[in-house]
Amino acid sequence: MSEAVATHAVHEELGFLRTYVFSTDHKMIARQFLFLGLFMMILGGLMALMIRWQLAWPETQVPGTRWIPEPFMTDGYMNPAFYNTLFTMHATIMIFFVIMPILVGCYGNFLIPLMIGARDMAFPVLNMLSFWVGAVAGVVMLAGFFVPGGHAASGWTSYAPLSAVTQYTGVDWGQNLWCISLIILGLSSLMGSINYITTIINMRAPGMTFFRLPLVIWSLFIVAILLLLALPVLTSALAMLLLDRMAGTSFFLPAGGGEPLLWQHLFWFFGHPEVYILILPAMGIASDILSVFSRKPIFGYRAMAFSMIGIAFLSWVVWGHHMFQSGMSPALGFSFMVTTMVIAVPSAIKTFNWLGTIWGGSIRFTTPMLNALAFVSMFVVGGLSGIFMASTPVDIFIHDTYFIVAHIHYVVFGGSVFGLFAAVYYWFPKMFGRMMNEPLGKIHFFTTFIAYNCTFFAMHILGIGGMMRRIYNPMQYEFLHPLQPINVFITWSAIALGLAQIPFVINFFWSLFAGRKAERNPWKANTLEWVAPSPPPHGNFDAIPVVYRGPYEYSSPEVTEDYLPQDRQLVPQRVATAH
Amino acid sequence: MMGWLPENVSTYGKDIDRLFYIIYYITGVSFLLVSGTMVVFLILYRQREGRRATYVHGNTTLEIIWTIVPAIILVVLSFMSQASWGNIKGRVPPSEVHVQVTAKQFNWEILYPGPDGKIGTADDLQMDNELHVPVGKVVRVTLKAKDVIHSFFLPNLRLKQDAVPGREIQAWFEATKPGRYELPCAELCGFGHSGMLGHLTVHTADDYNKWVKEQWPSS
Repeated sequence: MSEAVATHAVHEELGFLRTYVFSTDHKMIARQFLFLGLFMMILGGLMALMIRWQLAWPETQVPGTRWIPEPFMTDGYMNPAFYNTLFTMHATIMIFFVIMPILVGCYGNFLIPLMIGARDMAFPVLNMLSFWVGAVAGVVMLAGFFVPGGHAASGWTSYAPLSAVTQYTGVDWGQNLWCISLIILGLSSLMGSINYITTIINMRAPGMTFFRLPLVIWSLFIVAILLLLALPVLTSALAMLLLDRMAGTSFFLPAGGGEPLLWQHLFWFFGHPEVYILILPAMGIASDILSVFSRKPIFGYRAMAFSMIGIAFLSWVVWGHHMFQSGMSPALGFSFMVTTMVIAVPSAIKTFNWLGTIWGGSIRFTTPMLNALAFVSMFVVGGLSGIFMASTPVDIFIHDTYFIVAHIHYVVFGGSVFGLFAAVYYWFPKMFGRMMNEPLGKIHFFTTFIAYNCTFFAMHILGIGGMMRRIYNPMQYEFLHPLQPINVFITWSAIALGLAQIPFVINFFWSLFAGRKAERNPWKANTLEWVAPSPPPHGNFDAIPVVYRGPYEYSSPEVTEDYLPQDRQLVPQRVATAH
Repeated sequence: MMGWLPENVSTYGKDIDRLFYIIYYITGVSFLLVSGTMVVFLILYRQREGRRATYVHGNTTLEIIWTIVPAIILVVLSFMSQASWGNIKGRVPPSEVHVQVTAKQFNWEILYPGPDGKIGTADDLQMDNELHVPVGKVVRVTLKAKDVIHSFFLPNLRLKQDAVPGREIQAWFEATKPGRYELPCAELCGFGHSGMLGHLTVHTADDYNKWVKEQWPSS
């Protein structure tokens, strides 16, 4: 083992292509996933703004869009079919090509070897393939915009039969490419998850037991297992949908003996674990950052790990709560309501433990800390609003309204994206060897936090007013007329939210080239990635660290400074005084 | 947020609204407690010279309390919800009025059985997007769909039920107040989803009889 490590650490200079493009170094692959995700985030965000413009000022010219040709836009006026494409692709891109690549692809890759004390992933070539297969999926997905008939327009949930028959939407190859892209992406995730699981099980540094793993590694471990089990279900469903579209199989078409609800069962059997795939890494990230900047051990480490395992198990038995009004037997409603209510319990445990972590701390309000705190409070809102939907009778009214749109954005933006920002600010020095600018980071945080809440909290009110999701023009409904000022307010807030990302982009690229050089451990943190140089070279560590303790020994009475890295060997007291 | 629910005009709507308010208060108080605690902690435990963070790893008693308390609240909520759910979706009470609604891109085809009360006979009458019912009577709706999934949504009656091709789904409501209410489609059904809109007219008993006479003059 030690011989293999030694030969691995000394390596020949690689060319440009092997270093930056087809790299097998987990840190370069992580950066590639990050850039892919951030690029896609801009696309997804612009789509969201076009959607918002149409909802606030229906059927007026959308500024800056006159270049978009027919049949999507007519001289800057949006066509209803293109509106459907926009919200379909906004969600598809944000979920599959922003949050998954960044939280799972980028931070999974970057953190797992560094935090467990390994020199790389277990399968570096598979890791490289995972990124490039994912990139191909991205190209196939974007290609859908350029085929006749336009891109998929049946929602990111693609309910059959709407998605299964070309004539129902007029979308032909767009929907096919949507399926094919997600099948390819599933392959990429599968390669990644096998790699993550193998690496975490087999390549932990000496002394790194499972209960000494940082919670972010626990979260990524659990996510990898969820991915491994959930994605094949989506892939099967997509293959069936594709066969329905191209080979006339009628899995989901009643005329040929199929069943539309089968699609929903398969999709949500994948889809609900998927929601936790998006949120669990952010939970892990927030746990680590809260502990570091409170200078205090995480409160209830084991409760935190076990509640994530509990969420992962329960996430397999709650999918029916998406289908209460679908025509599924009402008797099933009760079972799914109970499991859904129960899954809120581990989430509550986590929230209380986060509060316990900052209690009695010595809190530093750095940008990563602010984003982690925002994650906790926004996740609380998203969790609590979920209880409304879990109650089957209340769901009758708010199902398919803007209440659910508000809910998912509190979980996936308020939760995952604030977690994502926290991670970018926190690990930037390790990833790129330079610090990000703090004042710019704080401007970005506060403007984002305010604009975000103005945008998405108001959507609860729309939902309670009964506004349906996925409608093109709310002014077609008399009962929605009084709500229109809220739509206008949300759109202005969304525009502000978009503008609030400019300081982030400036900060990111400016710091990349001109930021202050980062030392090895700028945050005075305990976990192993801070033992390596910033940025870590190929092979990561000067010597593989030995782990003596858990990751959260902050303000320990054993040492005078307020942190105690996992790899520091303390000379036992009695030996020291024996002289 | 309380005034934002549309006016309720169905018998079971008040049960839904009551549950909504119960959850609203429970979650509202939980949110204030959690975020209030957080803000207090952030102020009290901000970094100050000479103070070291408390070195503590957790507390089993607290873990047990904050596992059991939410669990009890949530399970109680489930059982409270179940009674209304069973009443609204679990069974259709004996009904005096029956209509069949067939959803298609992008209309509601509403089929009235006529005086014989049977669908599929000569006196059936079909109207697009216009649903007429009497006040204070249980109305049974047989939902069908011709092409894709649609969702039959009566915001003022707190009723939503998907219409699925290949299935017949029974729903019901009893209106408590005459008037004209909107009947939008709540499930994405294609480029014309937005604007797929019918109307429900709830008549007083006299008006309803008059309307029936107009539609079926021979009876």
